[in-house]
Amino acid sequence: MNSPLMSFQQRVSHALADGQLRVALDRTTERFTLKRVAGLASLPDADVVRDRARSIRLHTLSRLDEYLEQFEANVTSVGGQVHWASDAQEANEIVLDLARSRSVKRVVKSKSMVSEEIELNQALISGGLDVVESDLGEYIIQLAGETPSHIIAPAVHKTREQIGQLLADKLGVPMTDDPVEMTATARSALRDVFLQSEMGVSGVNFGVASTGSLAIVTNEGNASLTVTAPRIHVAMMGIERVVPTLDDLAVMLLVLARSATGQKLTVYTDLLTGPRRGDPDGPEELHVVLLDNGRSRLVGTEVGEVLACIRCGACLNACPVYQQIGGHAYGSVYSGPIGAVLTPSLDREGPWHELPEASSLCGACREVCPVRIDIPRMLLALRAETVRSGKANQWVRIVFWLYRIAATKPRLFRCGVSVVRQLTRMFFVNGWLLRLPSPLSSWTQSREFPVIASRTFSEEMRDREEGSGDE
Amino acid sequence: MPETIFSVQLFATCLVDAIRPAAGLATLRLLERLGVKVIVPSGQTCCGQPAFNSGCLADARAMARYTIDLLEKSPVPIVVPSGSCSDMIVHRYRELLADDPAYASKAERVAARTYELSQYLSDVLKVQDVGAQCRRTITYHPSCHLLRGLGVRSAPSQLLDSIADARCVSLPGAEDCCGFGGTFAVKMGELSSAMLNRKLDAIVESGADTVVACDVGCLMHIEGGLKRRGSNVVVRHLAEVLVESE
Repeated sequence: MNSPLMSFQQRVSHALADGQLRVALDRTTERFTLKRVAGLASLPDADVVRDRARSIRLHTLSRLDEYLEQFEANVTSVGGQVHWASDAQEANEIVLDLARSRSVKRVVKSKSMVSEEIELNQALISGGLDVVESDLGEYIIQLAGETPSHIIAPAVHKTREQIGQLLADKLGVPMTDDPVEMTATARSALRDVFLQSEMGVSGVNFGVASTGSLAIVTNEGNASLTVTAPRIHVAMMGIERVVPTLDDLAVMLLVLARSATGQKLTVYTDLLTGPRRGDPDGPEELHVVLLDNGRSRLVGTEVGEVLACIRCGACLNACPVYQQIGGHAYGSVYSGPIGAVLTPSLDREGPWHELPEASSLCGACREVCPVRIDIPRMLLALRAETVRSGKANQWVRIVFWLYRIAATKPRLFRCGVSVVRQLTRMFFVNGWLLRLPSPLSSWTQSREFPVIASRTFSEEMRDREEGSGDE
Repeated sequence: MPETIFSVQLFATCLVDAIRPAAGLATLRLLERLGVKVIVPSGQTCCGQPAFNSGCLADARAMARYTIDLLEKSPVPIVVPSGSCSDMIVHRYRELLADDPAYASKAERVAARTYELSQYLSDVLKVQDVGAQCRRTITYHPSCHLLRGLGVRSAPSQLLDSIADARCVSLPGAEDCCGFGGTFAVKMGELSSAMLNRKLDAIVESGADTVVACDVGCLMHIEGGLKRRGSNVVVRHLAEVLVESE
């Protein structure tokens, strides 16, 4: 993951000042949220299914090594080949080597967050290959030279008017903001790409250990073409995306689309088991690149449950912070609450310690997560890690150390409250403080700050006791 | 005064103590009016939530142990007029002190008998109507830790609905966070302000003259925003409106 140029606070300011972004986010996050509720309501008992999905994910993670070995054995037995990549560089080299050794010139891609995580496109393009994204959202951001701002809707930060302008600028087509026309434009541009590419690179929603199958869900059918039309199919898969059996896969599919877009199923669900074997269609070769990139290190840790994530994006849509700033402000390809856990966990040396702070801990993410990942608890664990490792702001540590001393000595606490009261009462206007010094100034930029009460509750109680004693 | 069969201890919280004592006094009055004998343990300070949420776990643990010792002096249930402080005591103390042999079981015991005020009224006292009366148009903001932490969804609204002469109006996007989040409001001030502005717009849209919540943190945040806007809408803690009668 590349380090972003601006600081997190600067990116937040930038996002909050972007009126177009606000329009785009308002249009989409609310729609996704409402559709999700309706989608889950179509299950007889969504809570039971979610519990089941959660237990499947946690069980798989508890025996991840066994299921991965089984998965590899079964992929191999149906004629595919598994490549293990410990980090981004290794994964990119594997794909590049495959392309070079097989004289590949053109690569078509369907949506893959793993490929975004490892910046595969840049690696392939630097290696002299043509790479074209075929998911409409990914195609749009590729044209714009941007990164995805949402796990399932990569171009969600753009209004349809902005997209129409982009297509007009880049492809020389007439400007329109009609989604149907824009889709037709992309479709006709992409059709030849599918037919001319020698290699198709896809993501993987789930790999099934018992059969070696890959499940890929899309709404555009672009993955179906990506994985069948070119000679070679390379599937990019995080090691955590394995499920034990097809029955388990069925449970995951019950909650995935419902949580993501509210659909019962996506329009296309591809279940691929091996390359072409005598039959007329399918690729000649199937390669599965299993990426670790910091994942295996997380198993069994306080943030290990983040590996249960099925990348539905529901927590992004529900998050009041994401709704304000969108995905790019997070600075990494994984945004929103899950990104705020995943990014600093996968890339421990990166400049990500502010991401877990970007949450009011409201719990909306935990409430919508199809596998009930306790994201707020993990954000708290990461905050504690920041303090432990000495990366936390020093004033925070000093303030809480002092506060703790006072709060465990009631007389000192009362004295402290009195002192603060005297201070605040020197500057108040009608019972409120209109301006505070840094770092508290960020409060009074938009809100008044209350002063300490003239009689605190404990003072009232003491008076009451003394009063009753006199009687 | 009715015969006392219920006894509780009131943990007022640091924000009620210092910023909004009226909420503590109203809680006390309300419980006593309902026939509950209320002890207010002296020496109470802060549950430790701000330190916990900031990752300062050693400090949070020290405050948790202190509060547990204070509350363990009496075996009676603990009532807290705050969703987030209750959530801290009920859910986080256990996690925080799980590896502390001297405090793990005490933390469990304290958690098991801690109730947020509206929770205590509805689940233990089984009251939905406390006989309050006021002429207000009220909208209710469900604070996040009360709603999603403790799972208290309907009790406060039912209590508000029972107030004579008051009109309750719904708050658009009610379950959206107000952006307070403790130190979040300072550390991420701009982001917090953007979230608050959305909440304030919704309050104005609701047509209410009074916003009620069960958390003084959220109330002081919302009130500070309303003051800055020059709005006439007032904020009240649930207990404050439940003791009103003209």
